[in-house]
Amino acid sequence: MANIISDETIDYVGILSKLELSDQEKEQAKKDMGRMLDYIDKLNGLDTSQVEPMSHVFPVHNVFREDVVTNGDVREDILENAPEQKDGQFQVPKTVE
Amino acid sequence: MDILDLTAIQLGEKIKKKELTALEATEAALRQISSNESTYHCYVTVDEEKALRRAGQVQEEIEAGRATGPLAGVPVAVKDNICTKGMRTTCSSRILGDFVPTYTASAAEALEGAGAIILGKTNMDEFAMGSTTETSYYGVTKNPWNTEHVPGGSSGGSCAAVAAREAFCALGSDTGGSIRQPSSFCGVTGLKPTYGTVSRYGLIAYGSSLDQIGPVAKDVADCAALLEVLTVYDPKDSTSVRREETDFTSALTGDVKGMRIGIPRDHMGEGLDPQIRASVEQAAKALEEQGAVVEEFDLSLVEYAIPAYYVIASAEASSNLSRFDGVKYGYRTEEYEGLHNMYKKTRSEGFGEEVKRRIMLGSFVLSSGYYDAYYLKALRTKALIKEAFDRAFEKYDVILGPTAPSTAPKLGESLKDPLKMYLGDIYTVSVNLAGLPAMSVPYGIDEQNLPIGVQFIGGSFQEKAVIRAGYALEQTREWHMPGSKKGGR
Repeated sequence: MANIISDETIDYVGILSKLELSDQEKEQAKKDMGRMLDYIDKLNGLDTSQVEPMSHVFPVHNVFREDVVTNGDVREDILENAPEQKDGQFQVPKTVE
Repeated sequence: MDILDLTAIQLGEKIKKKELTALEATEAALRQISSNESTYHCYVTVDEEKALRRAGQVQEEIEAGRATGPLAGVPVAVKDNICTKGMRTTCSSRILGDFVPTYTASAAEALEGAGAIILGKTNMDEFAMGSTTETSYYGVTKNPWNTEHVPGGSSGGSCAAVAAREAFCALGSDTGGSIRQPSSFCGVTGLKPTYGTVSRYGLIAYGSSLDQIGPVAKDVADCAALLEVLTVYDPKDSTSVRREETDFTSALTGDVKGMRIGIPRDHMGEGLDPQIRASVEQAAKALEEQGAVVEEFDLSLVEYAIPAYYVIASAEASSNLSRFDGVKYGYRTEEYEGLHNMYKKTRSEGFGEEVKRRIMLGSFVLSSGYYDAYYLKALRTKALIKEAFDRAFEKYDVILGPTAPSTAPKLGESLKDPLKMYLGDIYTVSVNLAGLPAMSVPYGIDEQNLPIGVQFIGGSFQEKAVIRAGYALEQTREWHMPGSKKGGR
């Protein structure tokens, strides 16, 4: 295959993706991604030099509204879904020493 | 006639005429669920108590003359990536295993506003990534036509539930074919609307520029009625379009005289099961006999749609799924050292293989040094694909072709080779890239006794052309659902 994914690349992708991969998973991921990129390289057969990238099919614009609260106070309901909460807030591991 | 054999509109009419009540319909659906779920597993969550309570309330609304629409009292299923207040919404992922939304998605709200009764949440490929419903953390769904086969995906649970008569109709979502392909595999009718037609507010995002919610039903008339209800301008979705002429049921005329129908040669070539090709040809003939003008043409660029789709969808997924971090909702890993390790372990344990594969691909194609070569290249390709469709719709009112290159594969066959599975989306993904409306309509059964679907694609905002052609074709068809006591029509 044409695309060989290096250990450095897969480690970097792991950081960007916030994923922790075992050595076995890394090897599989290198293979899968290489194969997929080989397939995606098919796009190189298409001349797109005169084409602008199209992110949306219709013209989209920001939708603005007045900054007023329209929903009720659902803090308790939202916190119900949190894996850990404390004093009405999301609890996370200590981030600053 | 068995209540369960009724279409959604037929049921709604009977309820309106007081021949049946919303409660009786809901009880019938729940009985069907409890006797069949151990075989098919269409649902991740069924809330009997809530559905029965709601059915009682809706019946009161109907009797008081406040709920008068065609779907009042109809029990429906909702795909599990569409948020429902107070009802668990998992996206068929471990990472959202205990997530209970604090609000209802606009599309589900519109359905409830029309008097529909939500029975539960249907199984799907995890985060809608897959074509078989086998990547669900909560187990596979089986095809009601043959339980050794997949229902397709990602809206496999919604389509199987309608086919198994465990719901009268359902909501699905379609990013690259996820309504249309399982509809074809399960012998039901599924419609993906023009991008921007149905609000995505409350739809848990996969590929935001491609995602659309749409109806899954027993026939074209039900799809049209559902689409009328779902088409609402929503300021909460910045891509919501203010649609005009949303009376989609007015296109149920059966009249296709003079309609110009194009069949892309490049959708009928290599890789297509000859039995499906024959079904498309029969469909073309049936429409021609009714006065439509059918001809073949070259759509072009078909082979570039899948690579462009996987770059764009994965890129958007990698960004959209970064919100799952074990802080605000869902799963958090048991043991960790510090914040970053918690994120990484939570996501690695919470996401399945296919989801991780796409997050990694998406992160890669967006990363510095590769962004132009992959991501921008795919967006340029998308522009060319849109242009090719625009050219086709200068000549044709609607495009006809196969929905998928094969009928439903056996369970366990597809995940062995992800790339091969991706190729099954060949006729559906370009429609999402171009933002167009399209519908899969059952037409024919293969020698394994599995249903075949044909796809109608319309120009932007031309759902009515799709519905008109689909309805006319449907009138020429003998059909019934598996397990149905009488012929469906």
